[in-house]
Amino acid sequence: MDARALAALAANPGCRRRALLDGAGVDKGALAQALGAPANFGQSQFAHQRGNSFEARVKADGGADLVRLLHERLRDGSEPPGPGAVATPDLTASGPQGRTARTALALREATEAGRWALLDHPMVSLDVAGSPAFLEPDAVVVHPDGTWTVIEIKSFPMVDGSADPAKVGAAARQSAVYTLALERVASMIGEPEEGGDAAEAAEAANRADRAPVRVRVRHQVLLVCPKDFSNLPTAELVDVRKQLAVTRRQLDRLTRIEEIAAALPEGTTFDLRLTDDGRLPTRPVEELTAAVDAVDAAYAPECLSTCELAAHCRTRSRAAGQVEALGRGVRGELGGFTTVDAVLTAAMNGPADEAPTGDPAVDALRRAAALRAEALASRPELASRPEAAACR
Amino acid sequence: MSLITTLARMEAVREGRAQPLTTVRHRHLSERPLAFVPLTTAGETGAPLGALVGTDRDAPRLLIVAQPRDRDLRFAFLAELAEEIQPYLDSYGDEVELEERKETDPETGKKVPVQVELCQDAPQLLVPSTAGVAFVRLLGRSMRFRRTAEQDPETPFPAPARVPLLGRWLTHYGERARVPGSCLLLSLTESLSRHWATGQSNLEDQHLGSLLAWIDPPEGVPGAEAALRAESERDEDGRLRCPPAGPATDPAFDNKLLAPAMSRYDAARTEASQGVAGGSARLRLAEAELRGLIESQLRPTWDALWRGVDLLRTLPEGARVADRWKRDRWSYTGHRDRVRAGEPPQPKLDDAVTAAQKLAARETAQAQLDAHEALDDPLVMAGRRLAGEAFAGEVIDVEMAWSDAKVPRPRPLVTIRTEDRPHLAERVKLHRVTADGRAQSGEFAGHADLDGADEADGSDEADEADVAEGQGDAEGQGDADGPAGADGPGRALVVRLTGGMGRGKQPEPGTVPEKGDRVCWTLFEHAPRGGPELPDAESTPWTHGGPPDTAAPAQSPQPDPMTEEDYL
Repeated sequence: MDARALAALAANPGCRRRALLDGAGVDKGALAQALGAPANFGQSQFAHQRGNSFEARVKADGGADLVRLLHERLRDGSEPPGPGAVATPDLTASGPQGRTARTALALREATEAGRWALLDHPMVSLDVAGSPAFLEPDAVVVHPDGTWTVIEIKSFPMVDGSADPAKVGAAARQSAVYTLALERVASMIGEPEEGGDAAEAAEAANRADRAPVRVRVRHQVLLVCPKDFSNLPTAELVDVRKQLAVTRRQLDRLTRIEEIAAALPEGTTFDLRLTDDGRLPTRPVEELTAAVDAVDAAYAPECLSTCELAAHCRTRSRAAGQVEALGRGVRGELGGFTTVDAVLTAAMNGPADEAPTGDPAVDALRRAAALRAEALASRPELASRPEAAACR
Repeated sequence: MSLITTLARMEAVREGRAQPLTTVRHRHLSERPLAFVPLTTAGETGAPLGALVGTDRDAPRLLIVAQPRDRDLRFAFLAELAEEIQPYLDSYGDEVELEERKETDPETGKKVPVQVELCQDAPQLLVPSTAGVAFVRLLGRSMRFRRTAEQDPETPFPAPARVPLLGRWLTHYGERARVPGSCLLLSLTESLSRHWATGQSNLEDQHLGSLLAWIDPPEGVPGAEAALRAESERDEDGRLRCPPAGPATDPAFDNKLLAPAMSRYDAARTEASQGVAGGSARLRLAEAELRGLIESQLRPTWDALWRGVDLLRTLPEGARVADRWKRDRWSYTGHRDRVRAGEPPQPKLDDAVTAAQKLAARETAQAQLDAHEALDDPLVMAGRRLAGEAFAGEVIDVEMAWSDAKVPRPRPLVTIRTEDRPHLAERVKLHRVTADGRAQSGEFAGHADLDGADEADGSDEADEADVAEGQGDAEGQGDADGPAGADGPGRALVVRLTGGMGRGKQPEPGTVPEKGDRVCWTLFEHAPRGGPELPDAESTPWTHGGPPDTAAPAQSPQPDPMTEEDYL
């Protein structure tokens, strides 16, 4: 699971289906394909190439450029990093666990060294609904004062100092996940031991436990984008405190995966039973559908851009007539109604005397239906012909 | 989304086709709009890949950039685009009418009427989606600071002649599109979803094909199914039958078809430049292949755009649309004048005063649009009535009364029976349009008892309050939404007319509603005005950056720096 998926999961913490499938590492894209509801997802190779070449350009010359950009944006009046002032520790190790451990070690060493350091593609882990997820930020910079900044490199342009707010928002949510994971690392490393006294160290660790938000991981991330229409990098600090709080709360809210799994019928599996060449699923669609339906989803139209399974969930949600299929905000005014049929019945089949029912949602719906019908009946030129004709 | 819209969406779900949200068309549609369907290269925002453009739906002009990373090809594309769009934009510039406008005379400081030109009509650009509007803006930004060889012989990569000019026009159109209700640059998804409610969410309505599938599904196919097909059906090559309306492309198309074709093109180009035998023939072939591919992605959207235009044209135009279009004509004329006067391109960033002015103008335009739409359209008014911002009903009683001023003015009290629940407090200002289209103002004077004894609490109190006019709110009248009638299905409201009755002691005939008339009063103004005037740029307060720095070098915006491998 990458940070983008995690941010999406955190945006819809009530979706048990997604939590389970992501937690179990199921390939949702393949599953959706097998269910006959493939998502129009995927990244264009042009975008991919452009992203990679831009990132390589930004990180060229040992990150000096990147750290210079960061220093400029900080505007804290400190000395600019001189040539060769940026350390770039080697982070290669085998396996995600190994890389995570290596990253933690490198972070600790760089923090103690009290100088600028750039960690290129470090790996950090985060506990998601009871199972670890490994995340790979574009870069993390360690400042001489021992604080850390997450660097997010994106290939959408910043034109005249402003970028597409939707994309910046997505980048901020993604960076917040990295920041959260880094905070865990920070609390594990604990305070640099000064006195060497065991009791003091324990106390320090205790302090770190109680206040993991001690300013070690900065809550401003550096967003690096191409400037205007060139491929020169420019950067802005983005405050992610809000996204951080949201993500932290949502991740805490996630039902633990074991609990979801425990509620499943015995023997539920999402195995596609691929053919020997690994291409075609042989498992009957009905069986798969039943397996997927065994765990609840919380579909909302926002899922369509973030979850591979969304097309399937949408079909199910529409078939059940759930009002959320029309948008998350729709529920707000509908009181206790959850299905389209119930709403329409309540709105249209009111008694003739229009006596208030005591349920404000029902009264408002009837009023809305009556007003709408009245206005539609007043269309002289359209009332005479059927709707179908009016559209053609 | 308001409750009445939600309800319309649910009806659409039940009926399997979109339901009307309006009874008239609230957007101006030109007789001869110019449609522009752009595509851009994924990951390189602002590097166009191709476009269909033109005013003739049957003969669009196809423009492509075979290799978007090649600056010369991009410039060639932009030059062709300018060749297509600029004459269209200019063609409206010379047919003018004269309008009288008050201007401050620089010598006397008095307001004097002057005759100014106003173009009789303005060119209208149509794009498929809101992303297309953003792309027009971006294109404008990328083009307007380019330098042609004429402007600056030193410039390293001179742009073709019309490119900077078109950039300024596209910027103007992109900027104008941010004004609510403006129609110089329209997106079809936005316009269609204003007029129809589909059985899907707002997010899904952004897909033009799927939106059209709901509004006008094929015979016998429910909208939901037709929309699903539009979203995901692919042909034997794996191409979407209804590709995204751009400017972004379908990633599967990029990876499976476009990328291989582009590498073939690159290879043929290298061969041709090295003089390999048959290289130039292969280059032409490769380019033709790319043209075909890009057109296959553009043409369905082009057709969908015009189908959307047809659907919009089935609706009669709202009565106040022409008023708003006149503002668009002013906007067009103003930009024409700025270009003709040789003013420099729009700055990269607005100064504080301009930004505040734009914001205020957009707020006013929004309020005006909301009012206009409601007045033009009973269905939109129904939404405002449901929200408690208007009420309609039958006049059940009219009582003449006069004000206590030295010269008594007519202040008739009109009692209206309504089932609406407006959010009224005592002396709230009310507005309505009379049968002959004039504005009339009134104020809420109280509730009336429906059982005969009219104006149980309204008239007396209100008359006293009239004396106290101008001394602030009359106290003690409290919550006008009294318990009486609050629960009943129908109730009666008393409105005191305060204007729109002529100058005499007796109201002019036809200005006071009569018993049995149906009237509709709104709590919102019909012609909202902007806020107070903003200071001149020279007296920008220090809180907003202070006056512009006159010592700074002359305001000639620098072109964007070119890098070796820049994209656009």
